[in-house]
Amino acid sequence: MSPVASVHSLWTVAAGAPGKIPAPHIEYAELSPTLIVLGAAVIGILIEALVPRRHRYYSQLLLSLVALAAAFAAVIGLAAGGFGSSKAHIAAMGAVAVDGPALFLQGTILLVSLIAVFTFAERRLEPAAHGEGASPARTKGRAWGRVDSFAAQPAAVPGSAAEQAAVKAGFTTTEVFPILLFAVGGMLIFPAASDLLTLFIALEVFSLPLYLLCALARRQRLLSQEAAVKYFLLGAFSSAFLLFGVALLYGYAGTVTYAGIAEVVSDGAKQIDPALAGTMGNDALLLIGAALVLMGLLFKVGAVPFHMWTPDVYQGAPTPVTGFMAAATKVAAFGALLRLLYVVLPGLRWDWRPVMWGVAILTMLGGAIVAITQTDIKRLLAYSSIAHAGFLLAGVVATSEDGVSSVLFYLGAYSFVTLGAFAVVTLVRDAGGEATALSKWAGLGRRSPLVAAVFAVFLLAFAGIPLTSGFAGKFAVFKAAAQSGAGWLVVVGVLSSAIAAFFYIRVIVLMFFNEPKADGPTVAVPSPLTTTAIAIGVTATLVLGLAPQYFLDLAGQASVFVR
Amino acid sequence: MNPVYYLYLAALLFTIGAAGVLIRRNAIVVFMCIELMLNACNLAFVTFSRMHGNLDGQIIAFFTMVVAAAEVVVGLAIIVSIFRTRHTASVDDASLMKL
Repeated sequence: MSPVASVHSLWTVAAGAPGKIPAPHIEYAELSPTLIVLGAAVIGILIEALVPRRHRYYSQLLLSLVALAAAFAAVIGLAAGGFGSSKAHIAAMGAVAVDGPALFLQGTILLVSLIAVFTFAERRLEPAAHGEGASPARTKGRAWGRVDSFAAQPAAVPGSAAEQAAVKAGFTTTEVFPILLFAVGGMLIFPAASDLLTLFIALEVFSLPLYLLCALARRQRLLSQEAAVKYFLLGAFSSAFLLFGVALLYGYAGTVTYAGIAEVVSDGAKQIDPALAGTMGNDALLLIGAALVLMGLLFKVGAVPFHMWTPDVYQGAPTPVTGFMAAATKVAAFGALLRLLYVVLPGLRWDWRPVMWGVAILTMLGGAIVAITQTDIKRLLAYSSIAHAGFLLAGVVATSEDGVSSVLFYLGAYSFVTLGAFAVVTLVRDAGGEATALSKWAGLGRRSPLVAAVFAVFLLAFAGIPLTSGFAGKFAVFKAAAQSGAGWLVVVGVLSSAIAAFFYIRVIVLMFFNEPKADGPTVAVPSPLTTTAIAIGVTATLVLGLAPQYFLDLAGQASVFVR
Repeated sequence: MNPVYYLYLAALLFTIGAAGVLIRRNAIVVFMCIELMLNACNLAFVTFSRMHGNLDGQIIAFFTMVVAAAEVVVGLAIIVSIFRTRHTASVDDASLMKL
């Protein structure tokens, strides 16, 4: 929609013959990854309504896996068809970009969600008769009689008779699969959004299902509900700020498409109707609007002034959800952040670079320093994810093609490590469910050397030790930052990596060189689902660490944004 | 009438909402303040739409209303479930997890 010459024509035109509205041209094939996932989510809801309870688990699991795999195949097909490079363009009437970074990030999100579905579907960790009365004879040998890590009936008050009845009846919340698919659908659009309205809608589409998923833990439901309330209120608060930023940017540029705003940012209000010059190209609107939109995105990323929700939500949410959230949300949000900064606001980079410098430094140091004092493994990983957001921001401020490709690579590497680490956390259990207190992990390496060794690999990757994916990612990000003249940022980054390495190594020492306690946790034997998830995590960590070049090249080819 | 006044009103409503989120303790009231912020955004969108003479802003206002409605569905579900568990909707009492 282009600015109309006379403002009032909008209101007077209706008196004449109603004009025909042309149907929008939608490239369905190019949007197929998102459409497949959202369509499968809708079918999943229908399954909840129509399929008998005992068949739901398998049908939902099958549907989710097939949908995510098909969407991933569609992404590969689009990339092979040249949509990542030569044929990159903006589809759906300027709303969704189909280009290298979008396809790379969508592929990463789909793979990560596929593994997350494995951990969501795990049903061997909780004792079959969780709760008091479930009769072992009835549930014996049948997978649907076993339970996963989600509440039997989320609407039942914790500790009430209704909850006990639901547990006794062996109810499970199979709705988590369609909810997950809706979240994935939003995440696929988020990094590809090419106007601010699509950005906002995608943000809500993936946030709302995540708020719900957070509230669904089977054990420690009070913590879970508290996490959901905190996440919801703070998330809604931050998206209101993002929306007001969108309003101000719309007021500034008269359009919400990225290309339109970028044009007004770089050219000022030169070719614009003189009647509108007073409101268009007003720098106050631009600066405040851009700051508010960035604030909303940095909240989702978990960067330091806006990070307060991260530890509570990561601790309270069911662990499979935490893993999914930590990995996939970060990928989607960084994708959107990159596109906003590199496509919409490159003309403003002398204004946002110093601010992002500050945010990156605060995030790296804040996350690393506060993590040292943590006594809960999930909170520790939450603060470590904050520190990693800082490292990623160091790549974002590079404002170069290397910056984009290094951030893409880092996101891919980091998300597999995170998912694997949280999957290991689900295995270490005692009578109260997962044993997340760090003190209980003492001596784990003596009892279950394999699980402890796998977790040590993930921790070393978090710390950025060579031969793991963490090192390759950090090296790429810091190199890009240094080349763009952000030398001090790199110094702070290396310093906070050293601080972070301290607490990762401390956990390893705790696991391997301390005596196990008599009442320590046991390591549950998972089904092939979680085993596969962890195995993929370890493989990706080692492959990306030992032979990163192919994937660095892939990220390099995918690093050009379409306008 | 100068449409800029509506922008000032939108900014004022947004600020009242943001202050309310930070000050009030009842989760429902906090949530109402967030809705107030979203509606302030709507007013800003519609005003800018009038100033620029294109319909983008009005369309976005509709989308915002739909999002706000969806947020109510999810938000009230979460708030009601925590209220039924604890018999209070005070956000200060939700403090099982600390630094």
